[in-house]
Amino acid sequence: MNIHEYQAKQIFQKYGVPTPRGKIAHTVEEAVEAAKELGGNIWVVKAQIHAGGRGLGGGVKLAKSLDEVKEYAEAILGMTLVTHQTGPEGKLVQKVYIEEGADIQAEFYLGMLLDRAKEMPVMMASTEGGMEIEKVAEETPEKIVKVNIDPTIGFQGYHGRELAFGLGLPKEEVGTFIKFAKALYDVYMDNDAEMIEINPLIKTGDGKFLALDAKMGFDDNALGRHPDIEAMRDLSEEEPTEVEAKKYGLSYIKLDGNVGCMVNGAGLAMATMDIIKHEGGEPANFLDVGGGANPETVAKGFEIILQDPNVKAIFVNIFGGIVRCDRVANGILEATKITEVNVPVVVRLDGTNALEAADILRNANIDNIITAENLADGAKKAVEAAKGE
Amino acid sequence: MSILVNKDTKVIVQGFTGKEGSFHASQCMDYGTQIVGGVTPGKGGQEHLGKPVFNTVKEAVNSTGATVSMIFVPPAFVSDAVMEAADAGIELAVIITEGAPVKDMMYAKMYATKKGMSTIGPNCPGVITAEECKIGIMPGNIFKKGNVGLISKSGTLTYEASHQVVQEGYGITTAVGIGGDPIIGLSYKQLLPMFEADPETEAIVMIGEIGGDLEIQAAKFIKENISKPVVAFIAGQTAPKGKRMGHAGAIISGGSGTAAEKMAALEEAGVKVVVSPADIGKAVKEVLSK
Repeated sequence: MNIHEYQAKQIFQKYGVPTPRGKIAHTVEEAVEAAKELGGNIWVVKAQIHAGGRGLGGGVKLAKSLDEVKEYAEAILGMTLVTHQTGPEGKLVQKVYIEEGADIQAEFYLGMLLDRAKEMPVMMASTEGGMEIEKVAEETPEKIVKVNIDPTIGFQGYHGRELAFGLGLPKEEVGTFIKFAKALYDVYMDNDAEMIEINPLIKTGDGKFLALDAKMGFDDNALGRHPDIEAMRDLSEEEPTEVEAKKYGLSYIKLDGNVGCMVNGAGLAMATMDIIKHEGGEPANFLDVGGGANPETVAKGFEIILQDPNVKAIFVNIFGGIVRCDRVANGILEATKITEVNVPVVVRLDGTNALEAADILRNANIDNIITAENLADGAKKAVEAAKGE
Repeated sequence: MSILVNKDTKVIVQGFTGKEGSFHASQCMDYGTQIVGGVTPGKGGQEHLGKPVFNTVKEAVNSTGATVSMIFVPPAFVSDAVMEAADAGIELAVIITEGAPVKDMMYAKMYATKKGMSTIGPNCPGVITAEECKIGIMPGNIFKKGNVGLISKSGTLTYEASHQVVQEGYGITTAVGIGGDPIIGLSYKQLLPMFEADPETEAIVMIGEIGGDLEIQAAKFIKENISKPVVAFIAGQTAPKGKRMGHAGAIISGGSGTAAEKMAALEEAGVKVVVSPADIGKAVKEVLSK
């Protein structure tokens, strides 16, 4: 789960990770009011969406008067912001964060995530603040300092020193930086964060470090023990069909093709997408119905797949294990009664009791159900059906 | 022969009396697995499925001599259960539970390693030595005895692969579902040498997916250490970047962990990489009939 910049900064502040002062606004009036309360004579108006690259898309503006705050808030609130991370359809901006201006002397990058190879967190810092870290990693990897932190010893001074000296900070600034990094480590560990990115982390004229931007994602499996963070979820930032699918225990991801897929198991679901492509088609989605594949979940799966108007055929690919194929076949027949399915459905059931399942489907004599013998056959038939052949 | 487990392996079940634990423990027993008891705190002294229930893993190990534990406890209690098993001298913990927090698994695995306990999973189908011992939730009947070792991040793809291998007239020595979470126990790199050393295993199938670099590490390892033929399939060739594909670890982040880079690395290591998941069985036949 991801959260907005202003929410991440709220968490930062609780842990003593310094940020500029700011206020969230949902309307133009609130925005101007927020600027007045913050005081000063320079503000930043920042669109709050779950995507990077907001500045380039026109979603971040520097205002030098309250009139400009009003002007920019009017322009940004309600705009559809398109960035390299939103896709061409963009995202509707419903909130702006009004922040006091900062005296930027230097910009850095500071991030933290799990190093899967080392199986412990890694903190990464770079002098290339404001740049995309992936790009820095590719073009000038020597400009990234990485420090693994063994959680059994926690964040030690030397971790901070390696980062600070790695960034080339003068020795009088090292202490301030270490304090910042240590607080960030606590934010990461205490909240089961999956990743934190501060880009840029700035150094001000008076020698302070501030998180000018903040991006945070969390381990979904740990949200149960962080109700305060779960409460920050903004469902309007998530794909509505994906959210709906989750409610029914289905894992769904929309793609751009026209062959709908319904599969049991995440790995097989990915493999099904791959084989559709291999047979010359394009998958319309990833959908894992889980181990059960009972009539209700299958019916819901059909419903969700068919919400996508591009879908011209559905490939049901179930490998029956402990759940026998004959039961899944009956489930599919039941599901077609619950939900109207108006495109060809290619069904491949293999594994335990596959032959009985094939009989059940054949005897049902439903026009738009096409049975397949195996994985390759099913994919081929589904691709053909989607092409109208 | 086989790897990790066989007909003599003594197994306890943590989360024995729960719905999932009960169902799958009895399925394992039907398969022939020596389930010698189980642990459910507060139910010690009772009998379940004809086997003794203990309050702690220590008691269970002391009374039964079990060396392997199959873990079904709810996600929030997984790390506790794994550490308890490690502390009690269990040699291998097979963690079936889905949804354990990553931070918990990080600590649990560190402790297990310190205590010399191997882990498989979490969020995996388990391990099976065909026609001898099943520790997990896979349908046993799919796994006919044979000469192919199987390592897979995905449950249903493990069944799919085994099914194809059997349809080509071969069978399985041991199949290990290693799971697709960001932190997992035994992986390709630890399991490949076991299959290499197993005289019955003549070929190895490895099934990977997007995310992380375990398959890349495996490729390097295979190149230098594995003489037996290896067939590989990587799921997620068509997966979009930055989207988590069902498994917590199946995500292309920052452009790395793609199927293409893994396939290239494996191919470069001399592995027979199939593009279509329907060709796994055929490829096994091809490498074995050379």
